Amino acid sequence: MAELILNHLAKDFGTGRAAVADFSLKVRHGGFLALLGPSGCGKTTVLRMIAGFEAPTDGSIHLGERLLANASRSLPPERRNMAMVFQSYALWPHMSVADNVGYPLKVRGISGESYRQKVREALATVRLADHAERRPADLSGGQRQRVALARCLVSSPDVVLLDEPLANLDRHLKQEMEETFREFHQRSGATMVYVTHDQSEAMALATDVAVMSEGRLLQAAPPAEIYARPEGRLVGGLIGRGAILSLSSPVGDIRLLDWNALEPMLSHEARHQPRVDVLVRQEDVLIAGEGVPARVESILYEGERYAVKLLLGDGQVLRAFNRERLRVGESVWVVARAAWRL
Amino acid sequence: MRGYVRPGNSQPAWLFPFVVIIVLILSVLPLARLAMTGIAALAKGGVGAVLSDPALWSATYYTLATAILGTLISLAIGCAFAFLLTLTDISGKGALSFLFVLPMMIPPQVTALAWVQMSGPSSPLLKALHLAPPLGSPQPLYSVGGISLLYGVQHAPLVYLALRAGLMALPRDGVEAARLAGAGSFRVFRDIILPLSLPGIIAGAAISFVSCTGNFGIPAILGIPASIYTLPTLIFTKFSAFTSRTFGDVAVLSALIAIISVAGLAIQDRALRGRDYRVLGLSGATAAFELGRWKLLLQPLLWLCIFFMLVAPFFALLAGALVPAYGVPLTFKTLSASAFYEILFRQAVTRTAFANSLSLAAGTALCLLLVTVLTAYALTRRKDLLGRIVSSLIEIPYSLPGIVMAVCFILVFAAPIPILHVTLYGTIWIILIAYLSSFFAVSLKPVVSAFHQLDPALEEAAKLSGAGFFRRLADIIVPLIAPAAGASVILVFLIACNELTISALLWSAGTQTLGVAIYNLDDSGSSDLASALSVLVVLMVVFMMLLLELMAKRLPRGVVPWRN
Repeated sequence: MAELILNHLAKDFGTGRAAVADFSLKVRHGGFLALLGPSGCGKTTVLRMIAGFEAPTDGSIHLGERLLANASRSLPPERRNMAMVFQSYALWPHMSVADNVGYPLKVRGISGESYRQKVREALATVRLADHAERRPADLSGGQRQRVALARCLVSSPDVVLLDEPLANLDRHLKQEMEETFREFHQRSGATMVYVTHDQSEAMALATDVAVMSEGRLLQAAPPAEIYARPEGRLVGGLIGRGAILSLSSPVGDIRLLDWNALEPMLSHEARHQPRVDVLVRQEDVLIAGEGVPARVESILYEGERYAVKLLLGDGQVLRAFNRERLRVGESVWVVARAAWRL
Repeated sequence: MRGYVRPGNSQPAWLFPFVVIIVLILSVLPLARLAMTGIAALAKGGVGAVLSDPALWSATYYTLATAILGTLISLAIGCAFAFLLTLTDISGKGALSFLFVLPMMIPPQVTALAWVQMSGPSSPLLKALHLAPPLGSPQPLYSVGGISLLYGVQHAPLVYLALRAGLMALPRDGVEAARLAGAGSFRVFRDIILPLSLPGIIAGAAISFVSCTGNFGIPAILGIPASIYTLPTLIFTKFSAFTSRTFGDVAVLSALIAIISVAGLAIQDRALRGRDYRVLGLSGATAAFELGRWKLLLQPLLWLCIFFMLVAPFFALLAGALVPAYGVPLTFKTLSASAFYEILFRQAVTRTAFANSLSLAAGTALCLLLVTVLTAYALTRRKDLLGRIVSSLIEIPYSLPGIVMAVCFILVFAAPIPILHVTLYGTIWIILIAYLSSFFAVSLKPVVSAFHQLDPALEEAAKLSGAGFFRRLADIIVPLIAPAAGASVILVFLIACNELTISALLWSAGTQTLGVAIYNLDDSGSSDLASALSVLVVLMVVFMMLLLELMAKRLPRGVVPWRN
């Protein structure tokens, strides 16, 4: 089966700072990879290199055995058998919805009944069968999105690329489209690479999440794994909600800390010991009648609960959820059920 | 391995070299040839003779004097119209704007002819209205003042357009803030609008000056009868009296025109320095000033201007075309359409001219369209230094006066082309090549702005769909830029059809254009035929401008030159 292999990929636009550096990653066949990172981190550049719009300045891209690009040569996009959903959808305004969807087939020389059949099927999959003769301009944002998706579906591509496809949609439509993407992935079995800066999208859709920052790959793992076991401060801060505390190093080499291990670290003022970063998830912090003392710094009402920002004795910030409203400035006792050493 | 391409270039490998070769032929070769001939003349010591020729210095003086005076007149008229039509609540703006810009598109020799028909003792129109001055009194337009006045009228639209572009971007909230700060209308105008619109005024003045320097039609018709020669008309007469020294002389004269034009642009650059006011905030200055009672005065005044600049000359032209001979008063008895009949059906010369101009214009427009689409594609995807150099090389032949380009191409093609042993000089092909060179920039601009508006993802999506370069061009790109390409074709056709300066030097028997035919007919005393031909040309111009006006809604901004 054809894996997508990115091998020490690098891209330098000559701006003084590499856009992508030493990026290595494998996406298994049929996998759904989300490239997650803040804007400007190089994730779109990686995507455009996979598509063939940009050529890598170093490293290589393979699809199975086949070389797609390296520093000296590159297969042009039109020969890669890939498809892409662009952030702007990139629907051709002078063609009808059906013509837009059928264009990849037309280019491949498919015509007649099999052409019409495939276009019909693709449009039916995205529930737009009765919009075939409309112009893209007459459609709503979500419908345009689905046309773009149908265009990807029609030619059975090896890899489908999605460049922040939900960035322009409202929240309600986003959820609906996430569902469509999941369905699309299951049905088509294509390898998919999805660029986003929204971690909830990445978590909800992907089989694997790759976190990027400043052109580098920080960590790649399944969503649950990356949530539970983030590597380093950057990933810990990007994924999920929580607070990162700088504490004196625990005994032994364990990384998943329970309250028994955590309590001495929190309460002891052991300044001479080396310090480590510990991620405490917001949902793991309980405001109880025991534990270590803290002061309520601020509270934010979120509907189903309050998000509480707490200050520990040494001034470090801890975050918690609470069902009752607390007063700002109030002194409380907190316990952390679990923590993760970064 | 098959199918792989070198990285770093998303366009076919031959595309950019192709564009570079076209630009080398159309821009670099002729200009280099001019420079070489000039330097050769300099080396032979022939320049001393040229420079000591009093005709040269008097021509330089007249060129500068008429150009400066003409620029001042065009500034006065252009600014008045721009301020009133853009910033006030005057009514009938659309029609006024269209009519005001019209003279820009009318060939200058037609403008000159019309004004001559409108004034002076032999004007058929004035005679019909019993307003003509007594016979024997001089034609007032055959003077420096007359030439400058017509320069002013012809080029006022250039100032208007340059200033209007700036005024449209003026921050309306800036004006409103000044109002709230307590400034009255006049103070707002003086303290806010005038300083902010200065760059537009300077740019307009520079374009107007350069166009005046290179104008041929107006000084040819108004200056030559009074022995007032400007540099372009001097070059023209040098060619009529051809000697062995002509090429060297003409190269020096053209260089002089080029230097004056470049000096004009350099002064503009100097004046604009430090005046880059990036406009902040919301723009869209629609009717910021209410004229109140002034409207009753200004509204008729503007229409009066239009009447004298456009309507009266046109009717004079029409009157001139409808009388049997120059000087005969127009009455119901003398009225005849024989001049129109003559030029359309009898005279071989005018029919050839129609055929030549129309086919040259169509040929230029279509050849350029083909080159332009590829060039615009290559240039919009290439943002490096080489790309910028190529774009400015395309601009140069257009910004230089036509007469200079004509001289360049004479120098290039006077001798047979090496290897091929074909002489282009004296054939229609040399005019075509000169047109291609001069109007490349005109054709390119609308297409480039269409490409800039095109979302690059549209082409990338086609790439990923598997479409190769020509397939993408045919299926995606050309349909999307079609309106702009259409506008580009009409624009080039319009300008090439009415062109005189280039063809005046390059024509020979059988290859005369409409511009040349009008000039020759007038020169040989058949002003009724010249007028009739001019009337037809004006109607053609108006028709094509209306066509563009109708297309304007579907075009990217800035494609139709008289709309913003």
